Amino acid sequence: MDLASAKMIGAGLACIAIGGAGIGIGDLWGKYLDGSLRNPGAASSQFTNLLLGFALVEATGLYALVIALIILFT
Amino acid sequence: MQMHPMEQFRVTPLVPLHIAGYDVSFTNQSLVMCAIVAAVSLFMALAVKKDRLVPTRSQSIAELSYEFVGNMIESTSGKAGYRFFPFVFAIFMFVLLSNFFGLIPGVFTVTSQIAVNFALAILVVLTVVVTGFMVHGIGFLKLFVPNAPWYLLWLLIPIEIISFLTRPISLSVRLFANMLAGHTMLNVFGGFVIALAGLGGVASALSIAPMFMIVAVMALEFLVAFLQAYVFAMLTCIYLNEALHLHDHH
Repeated sequence: MDLASAKMIGAGLACIAIGGAGIGIGDLWGKYLDGSLRNPGAASSQFTNLLLGFALVEATGLYALVIALIILFT
Repeated sequence: MQMHPMEQFRVTPLVPLHIAGYDVSFTNQSLVMCAIVAAVSLFMALAVKKDRLVPTRSQSIAELSYEFVGNMIESTSGKAGYRFFPFVFAIFMFVLLSNFFGLIPGVFTVTSQIAVNFALAILVVLTVVVTGFMVHGIGFLKLFVPNAPWYLLWLLIPIEIISFLTRPISLSVRLFANMLAGHTMLNVFGGFVIALAGLGGVASALSIAPMFMIVAVMALEFLVAFLQAYVFAMLTCIYLNEALHLHDHH
């Protein structure tokens, strides 16, 4: 296998990690909805925490993307 | 003409300048950074110049951003954190405006450069270290000793130290990756529009679909631009809180 095709496969494999971010974001919003339907009064006070968690989880998926890009463009 | 998706992140010198072997050219990036600092400073100075009791719209924006950062500091580190207000406010406004300026088509995105983000992040972590040692003296090192049984400490202390040392990396790469991914995605969808329109016939009419996608992604990018500035400032506050209060919660 030559280097170019190995790079393509490697970049594709690196993107598997994005699935983890998908699980994380789904879990996060699902738990938030779950909690806010049980206790709607407390929902708005936790919205900023939700967004903070969302940004942190989303970033882990993007780390994988950065690795994929590094593999492709170096 | 189709551009490479990464072409938008190229730093090009506008005024080439070399001092003692170092490239210190005034680049398109420097230009946007100067514009951001000028925009924030001018807006903040002019919005509160009259100091009206009933605020105008621009004064409201200035007051809102001020209170927003104030609440952020108070909710994480309490009253003691207020002496870092100028620091956190400057970082928040700079990152926010960098992200928003980058969303204007054709304007360079400053925060898509890891060098800028890493400089900001290392500034934050150095401030935390200096503050920690100034407030607690050598006792600041207790930050690395969690409340755990002694037989776990030999494992936990190295983990704490490593997690502290990777903070500047995670802080900067998070912002960098978000900006890079968003703008690359917009560019790729833009490429779809051009490629489909060039095919002619039915395919040209279909090029409207990725066009709508760009609008949707753009809306998401506005959310991400704000969120990442918020997260950057919020984590700065959390780190500063650790330096001020170590482990004890107030």
